[in-house]
Amino acid sequence: MLIAGIDMGGTNIDGVIIRNGSLHKAVKHQVNHDDVLHSILACLQDLLRDVDEGNLERINLSTTVCTNAIVEDKVSQVGLILQQGPGLQWQFDRMGDYLRYLSGSVDHRGKLVRSIDKEELEQVRQEFSDSPIEAIAVVSKFSPRNPTVEEQVHQLFADAYEHITLGNSISGRLNFPRRVETSYLNAATYKTFNAFADHMRKALSEKQIKAPVYILKADGGTIDLEGAAAKPVETILSGPAASCMGMRALLSPDNSDSCLLDVGGTTTDIFFLVDGVPVFEPQGIEIDRRKTLVRAIYSVSIGLGGDSHVRFVEGDLQIGPERLGNAVAFGGEEITPTDALVYLGAMEGQYPDKSHQALKRVAGQEGIMPGELALTIVAKMCSMIKNRIGDSLRKINSSPVYTIKELLEDRVVKPGSIGIIGGSAKALAPYLEESLSLPVNCPEYFAVANAIGAALAKPTVEINLFADTEREIMSISELGVYEKIDKNFDLAEAKRIALAKTREAGRALGLDEIQSEAEIVEAGSFNMVHGYLGADKNIRVKAQIKPGLLTGDR
Amino acid sequence: MQAKNTLGLILFPAFDWAISPTHPEREERLLYTQDQLLEEGIEDVEGIEFHNPAIALDKDINRVHFCYPDAKTLLTESHYIASGGVMKAFDLVLGGTTDKSFALVRPPGHHAQRVVYGDRGFCIANIEAVGLEYARQKYGDMRVAIVDTDCHHGDGTQDIYWNDPDTLFISFHQDGSTLYPGTGFVDELGGPGAYGCNINIPLPPNTGDQGFQYVLEHTVLTILSEYKPDLIINSAGQDNHYTDPLTNMNFSAQGYAALNHSLNPDIGVLEGGYSIQGALPYVNTGIVLAMAGLDYSGVYEPDYHLGKWKQSDKVTKQVEEIAEAVYQLWQKRKELGARKFGGQKSVKRQRRVYYDTAGIMESQVQEFKVCRNCPGVNSIISQNDQGAKIMGITVPRQACPSCQREGYRLFSEANKAHYNQIYLQDQSKDQYQVRIPTRR
Ligand SMILES: [Zn+2]
Ligand SMILES: [Zn+2]
Repeated sequence: MLIAGIDMGGTNIDGVIIRNGSLHKAVKHQVNHDDVLHSILACLQDLLRDVDEGNLERINLSTTVCTNAIVEDKVSQVGLILQQGPGLQWQFDRMGDYLRYLSGSVDHRGKLVRSIDKEELEQVRQEFSDSPIEAIAVVSKFSPRNPTVEEQVHQLFADAYEHITLGNSISGRLNFPRRVETSYLNAATYKTFNAFADHMRKALSEKQIKAPVYILKADGGTIDLEGAAAKPVETILSGPAASCMGMRALLSPDNSDSCLLDVGGTTTDIFFLVDGVPVFEPQGIEIDRRKTLVRAIYSVSIGLGGDSHVRFVEGDLQIGPERLGNAVAFGGEEITPTDALVYLGAMEGQYPDKSHQALKRVAGQEGIMPGELALTIVAKMCSMIKNRIGDSLRKINSSPVYTIKELLEDRVVKPGSIGIIGGSAKALAPYLEESLSLPVNCPEYFAVANAIGAALAKPTVEINLFADTEREIMSISELGVYEKIDKNFDLAEAKRIALAKTREAGRALGLDEIQSEAEIVEAGSFNMVHGYLGADKNIRVKAQIKPGLLTGDR
Repeated sequence: MQAKNTLGLILFPAFDWAISPTHPEREERLLYTQDQLLEEGIEDVEGIEFHNPAIALDKDINRVHFCYPDAKTLLTESHYIASGGVMKAFDLVLGGTTDKSFALVRPPGHHAQRVVYGDRGFCIANIEAVGLEYARQKYGDMRVAIVDTDCHHGDGTQDIYWNDPDTLFISFHQDGSTLYPGTGFVDELGGPGAYGCNINIPLPPNTGDQGFQYVLEHTVLTILSEYKPDLIINSAGQDNHYTDPLTNMNFSAQGYAALNHSLNPDIGVLEGGYSIQGALPYVNTGIVLAMAGLDYSGVYEPDYHLGKWKQSDKVTKQVEEIAEAVYQLWQKRKELGARKFGGQKSVKRQRRVYYDTAGIMESQVQEFKVCRNCPGVNSIISQNDQGAKIMGITVPRQACPSCQREGYRLFSEANKAHYNQIYLQDQSKDQYQVRIPTRR
C-alpha cells in the first residue's frame, strides 16, 4: 500500500511516497503562494508518475492555506457574537468591526443564570444584515457546560449565513478568551479553506484519484478533508508537527524521554518526547499573537541555525538571531556556524578556501587563532541550544498538577537522548553530544523529513466528556454531544462512553481497530453534596487517540 | 491583558483528598474555583503565573507546633502540601519572583494552635504560621501583619503569635458568642511580650460589604499605617459570604475584592469558605484580580444584585462602635499592658481547647516569662481527655541569651515522670527537640 505525504513550507513543497512503511520516492518543488492548490497538484502529479494510483491508500497533506490567510490578514469578515457574562472583562480588539455582546449568562455548573434577550439579538441581526460579514462566530462563557445560548443564536442566524462557528464545538476545555480567538479564526478562515478543499476535491476527481485526503494538524495528528473543512482552524501551524513526526519516523526513538532538534539555516526547533509521545502545548498554539485552543505539539524555536550571523560585539561573540545570507562556504559574505564547522573539517563546503579565509580574518581581528574561533563558535551554538533545552524542561517540569498523587510522583521529564536533523545536523552532532552529555542520533536521510512526517501521521481525536447527575446532563463538546443522563450515571459509565466515542470518531477518520485504540488521559468524579444529604456527581473525563505513525508505530 | 502586579498563584485543589466523602472539606471544594479561573483565561494574563506547592518537612511543622504524638501521625500528605503551598507563596514574593502571591490550597489552618492533638475546625497545621516561620528563618526576621478575613475567629493564629510583637494579628469575624470557635473578643490583646499586637474585631451577624469596608478603613488601615509591617498577609477565608452554609454574614465577591484591593496584601492564603459553588469561584476570582491589580468590577455572583445585601442601620451602628472600641484599645495598648502585667516576673494563661473535628478536650497552662530584653521564653503544660500530658517550651526568635539559657534549663530539668513528651522549640536557633521518656 502507498501513502502520499506532502509538506508545504515557506519556499518549497516536498512530496514523498511511502510504500509499505519505507520511503519509495521523494520530490521537491517551489511553492507558488498565489496558487497553493496548483503547487500541491503539481507536486502530487510528479509524485504519482509511474505509480499505480489504485494502490494509493491516502494523501496526507500539511498545508499553510489557513496559516497564511491569518498571518497575511486575508480572512473573511466575521460577525462575532459574545456572551461574556460576569467575570474578567477581556478586550477583544482584533476581531474586525462586527463584535457584539449579548446580555445574560451561564454559570460554571452550566446553569442558565439569565437567558438571552431576543430583541437584543434581533437588533444584532439587523445591524449585521447590511454588512460584508461572510461568517458568524458565537461564543458564550461556559458554553462547553451548556451550549444552549450558542445554539439559540445559531438558529436565529442560520438562514442568513453559510457558516456559523459555535464556541462549544471548538473544544470542551474551559478558556473563554481562547475559545473566542479560536472561534473567530475558524469563522475567518472558513471560506478560504473551503474554496481550497472544493478545488482539491474537484481536481482529484478529474484525475480519478480516489484516495482520501487528510490534513495535518499542529498536534501531529491528521483530520479528514471534511473535518478540516468544518473546522479549518485545526489546520494551522502544522509545519513543526510535520517536522516532529518526521523525526519520530526517521529516528524511531524508544518509549523513553528524548529531545528532538531540527537545525535549519535560520532557526532551530526543539521538541520533546515523553515516553515516546510528543509533549503538547499546555493550552493551545499561538498564531499571529492570538492564543488559541488548537492542540499543538510543544515546540520552541530559537533564532539560531547554520546560517546565523556570527559577529563580535565589544569582544563578545554573538550568534543570530538574524541571518544575513548563506555561509561563506556556500557563497555568502559573512561567517556563520556552518563556516566554523567547515573549518573544523566536520562538513564540506562549496567554497572551503574562501570560508577559511573569512574565518581567519575575523579571528585576526579578535586576536585569537582561527581554530580556537571555530571551536568557540560551535561551543557557543551548543551552549545556546543546551540552555534553551534546560529552560524548556524547567517549564515542562513545573507544569501545574492538581492531585496529591501527581505532586508526590513528581514525574520529571529527563531526555536520555537527542535526535537531530537539518543541514548541519551531522556535523554538529558530536559537539552537541559532548556539550549535552547525551547520545545524539542523526538519521541518514532527512531532506524530506517533514513530508515523511505528514505522510505517516495518523488521525488523532481528543474529547472532553462532562457529566452532571444533578442537571442530568452529559456533554462532549468536540462531538456535539449534549444529552440527558440518569441520576445513576457514574465514572465507570463515563469512561466507557468516552472510550467508545473516541474510538468511534477514530474509526470515522479511517483508523482500523488497532490504530483507533483510545486512552483515558484524565478522569475524575466529584461528590456534589447538598447540605449533608444525598450525593450527585460531577464527572470529567478526557480521552484521546494519541498522535502516532500509521505504520510501524508501537 | 497585563497584570499591574505580577502574581504567583499556587492553585492546588488536591482532587484526591477529603476529610470524608461528604465533609465540607472534600475533593470538590476548589473544583468550581478552578473551572472559573480557567474559563476566565487567568492563565493567559501576562504577569500571572501558576506554581505547584512545595511540600513541608516535619521541621517546618515543628517550628510552629507541638504535635502529639508527632507531625507524621497527625498530618496527612495534604497538610504537608497545603503548608508547602504557603511556603511557596513566601518564596515567590521574598525570593523576588513575583510581586504578590496567593495560595489557593486546602485544608485551611487558622484554627490550628501551637499544641496539636488533632483536627480543629478542619485544621491541623497552621499553614500561614508554617509558611511565615519558614520564611523568617530563610530570609531573616521581619515585621508582619496577618489580617484574617475568615468568618471564624483565627484562634490558632492568635495562639501562635500571642506573644510575638513582630507579628500583628488582626482577625475580622462573626462575633464569637454566635459562632465557632467562640473566642475572638476585643479584650484578647496578647501576651506580656506583645500586648496589643493581637486584635480582634468581632462583628454582628448580617454585616455586609459596607461594614467590612468601614472596619478596614476606619480601624485596620489606620493600625497598619502605625504598625508599619514589612509584609502583609491576608488569611482569605471566604465564609463571610452571604451564601456560606456555616455562617450568617452578608459579604459579597465585590466586597472581598474591594477589601483585598484596599488592604493590598503581599500574600494571600485561602482559609475556610464552604459555599463552594455560590461563593468560592467568584470570591477567589475577585481576589486574584484585585491582587493582580486588574479590574474586578465585573466579578459578581449569579444571584447578586446591588442593594440586596445592604446591612441594617442597627448593624451599621454596632459595627461602627466595635471599630472605634478596637481602635481605642490599640492606641492605649502600652498603658493597658503596663497596668495588666506591671511588676510581674511571669504571666500565666489557663485555657481549655476543644478539638471539634477530632473530639478531643485539652486543658493547658501557658507561662510567659516577662523579660525586658525580649518577648520572653514561654512554656505550655497541656493534657487532654485521652490521657496525654505534654510540656512544650518555646524560645522565641528574638530571645535574649538569658531566655535562651532558661529555655534549655526548663527542657532538661522538666520531670520526665510527669509527661508523655517534652518539646523544645528553639526558634532562635531553629532547633527542635523532643524528649520521650522511656516507659517502664
Ligand atoms: Zn472559617
Ligand atoms: Zn529575654
